[in-house]
Amino acid sequence: MGELKVKDKDIVVPGDELADGMDFLPAGGAFREGDKIIASQVGVISVNGRLIKLVPLNAKYTPKKGDMVIGKVAAITNNGWFVDIGYSNEAFIPLRDGSMEYIPKGADLVQYYDYNDYVVADITRVSKDKEIDLSMKGPGLRKLSEGRIIKVNSAKVPRIIGKQGSMISMIKQMTDCRVIVGQNGYVWIYGVDPVKELVAVDAIKRIEERAHIHGLTDEIKTYLENKVGVKNAVQQTI
Amino acid sequence: MNDNIIATHVTNLLDKEFRLDGRKLDQFRDIKIEYGVSNKSAEGSALVKVGKTEVVAGIKMEVGTPYPDNPDEGTIIANVELLPLSSSEFESGPPSVKSIELARSVVDRGIRESKAIDFKKLCIKKGEKSWIILIDAYSINDDGNLADAIGLATLAAIKDSKFPKYDEKAEKIDYSEKTKKGIELKESPIPVTVLKIKNKFIVDPTLDEENAMGARLTITTVDDGRICALQKGGDVPLTEDDVEKMVEIATKKGKELRKLFK
Amino acid sequence: MPYNKRFDGRKFDELREISAEVGVIPNADGSARFKIGKTIAIAAVYGPRVLHPKFLQNPIKGVLRCNYNMMSFSGSGERVRPGPSRRSKEIGLISEKALEPVLDLGEFPGAVIDVFIELLQTDAGTRCAGITAAALALADAGFPMKDLVSAIAIGRIEDKIVVDVSKEEEDYEGGMADIPVAMMPRTNEITLLQMDGFATLSELKEVLKTAKKAIEQIYKVQKDALRERYLK
Repeated sequence: MGELKVKDKDIVVPGDELADGMDFLPAGGAFREGDKIIASQVGVISVNGRLIKLVPLNAKYTPKKGDMVIGKVAAITNNGWFVDIGYSNEAFIPLRDGSMEYIPKGADLVQYYDYNDYVVADITRVSKDKEIDLSMKGPGLRKLSEGRIIKVNSAKVPRIIGKQGSMISMIKQMTDCRVIVGQNGYVWIYGVDPVKELVAVDAIKRIEERAHIHGLTDEIKTYLENKVGVKNAVQQTI
Repeated sequence: MNDNIIATHVTNLLDKEFRLDGRKLDQFRDIKIEYGVSNKSAEGSALVKVGKTEVVAGIKMEVGTPYPDNPDEGTIIANVELLPLSSSEFESGPPSVKSIELARSVVDRGIRESKAIDFKKLCIKKGEKSWIILIDAYSINDDGNLADAIGLATLAAIKDSKFPKYDEKAEKIDYSEKTKKGIELKESPIPVTVLKIKNKFIVDPTLDEENAMGARLTITTVDDGRICALQKGGDVPLTEDDVEKMVEIATKKGKELRKLFK
Repeated sequence: MPYNKRFDGRKFDELREISAEVGVIPNADGSARFKIGKTIAIAAVYGPRVLHPKFLQNPIKGVLRCNYNMMSFSGSGERVRPGPSRRSKEIGLISEKALEPVLDLGEFPGAVIDVFIELLQTDAGTRCAGITAAALALADAGFPMKDLVSAIAIGRIEDKIVVDVSKEEEDYEGGMADIPVAMMPRTNEITLLQMDGFATLSELKEVLKTAKKAIEQIYKVQKDALRERYLK
């Protein structure tokens, strides 16, 4: 016996009662308090049988092993680089993971990555004290040299990437831009055509604002078509 | 703070006459002015938004003793606070050098040097009592160009002001009663900050553009286009030619911005 | 002397007009504005971020740091000199204590969550407005919270209990007690309770009962503000 007080796709806020009764199981930003299941964050409800999951609409990034992130070099020591990834701790690239090529001890680390350089890196380890290790060894991991960086809320990253990358691929194709979306919400965008680059930026910001909307993919597709011209989209399918 | 990649991009885009947000080089973001936002307490107030940059300014009036060398004049005191609420770059504590520069070079200098307010009209009793106009501006959100936003907000707040009732005999101000008398403004000084990046000039910079700056010149003009205040910033020098161009741009934009106050 | 009619004509259990909006400061991780009558409070949250100086860091859990400030022109008389005062420091501290119970600071060891509260205009009920705005800003930032926190100033004027004390009532020179209350509305757990003035235990019980009802109204406005952001 139990009563579900919300339905799938509802938007809830902290303190909202989601269900009454021990039948239901909370997940994501939902928690159990006695008999009730309560929302702890602003988010969207996903009901799956007895599982009530709250997907937060706004969240601070929590670093996880395996995440690809974009960060800014904040400090350089003899042993590596400290990188700001928008988390309360800075992440660290140790010398041995600094590059695909071997970096000898005593090398001038500034030559590889300088202060304020932006890099794309993988998280290799998150300790229980929230110390984060990064590696630059891997395909696509590198220092960024042109283009712009924008910051979006990390909770919106899955929406911006889309199922199997469908959303971000659509944006890249239709605007002729190169885009890398870091799991930490830092996004790199570069387009040869500045007008189209701005369209890509606006599209991404739009997704961030409307991540909770149903049918967002079509909405963004239409937006891009209007801005860039349908001709462009058609060319891609030929 | 210098962001290498974004600063490079700003500069490269400018070579193509393009800005990060698609504006023209001499184009301001959308400006909104809201009057009287705090007028239960302030004698005058205004909130200004320039794009996402937001500032609020308020006017309080006090009666004090005039300075001995100007016994028949009142005065203004300007204060700017860059609140940590408005940006992760600002810290709590006493006024920073940046906020002092804004208070002195934008607010105070703009009003004082333009003779916008006739200080003699602030005199109540020569040598004994005169009005002091206290101007306070606060940043609410910093997305670049706080200087111009603060200039517009303080001007709007002054225009919005009404003197409180003053009992000369009792020497007391009744703040709960406002008179119909406002602060007479002979000029409307408007600051326009022009940035030089490489060899291009832009107005109303966003934060990313400010971080790419070579040099900036804040030029305050009055109603007929004369310049009443200048302040150069940034560590790149300006040529005479640069200054001429920047002043031309600022004078033109000052005229346009003045229309916001009609 | 019985208090039969409130100075501003409100009913004894009537709040002034309240409104709330979130996401008002784009740079902040979360932000909100809360108005009650003519009192206007804005709050911005930045964090979790690194806490400097290091000796303030707590290795076991994060630190919540509230900074309360009134704008110089926000007071009802003379200009308020800028800078922290003893009063603003006290309000910062009690605001922290009012908000901590709903947060899980254990998730952010060594870090700080900075909450900045600014008053644009003050007309009584300022610390409560600040706490209400701050709770909204924390929710807007996405921090998991057990509940929101809502606050209201209840008063005892002579023989009556009143909701949302006005400035005139605050300044009343006869028998008066000013009682700011903050609660977690779902469970009515009290996270802030202060009193200036005299009250009997039975009066206090009535105060808390009255606060509960008033807080329900504030809670609704807070929740609506959070939802509204996504209803477009």
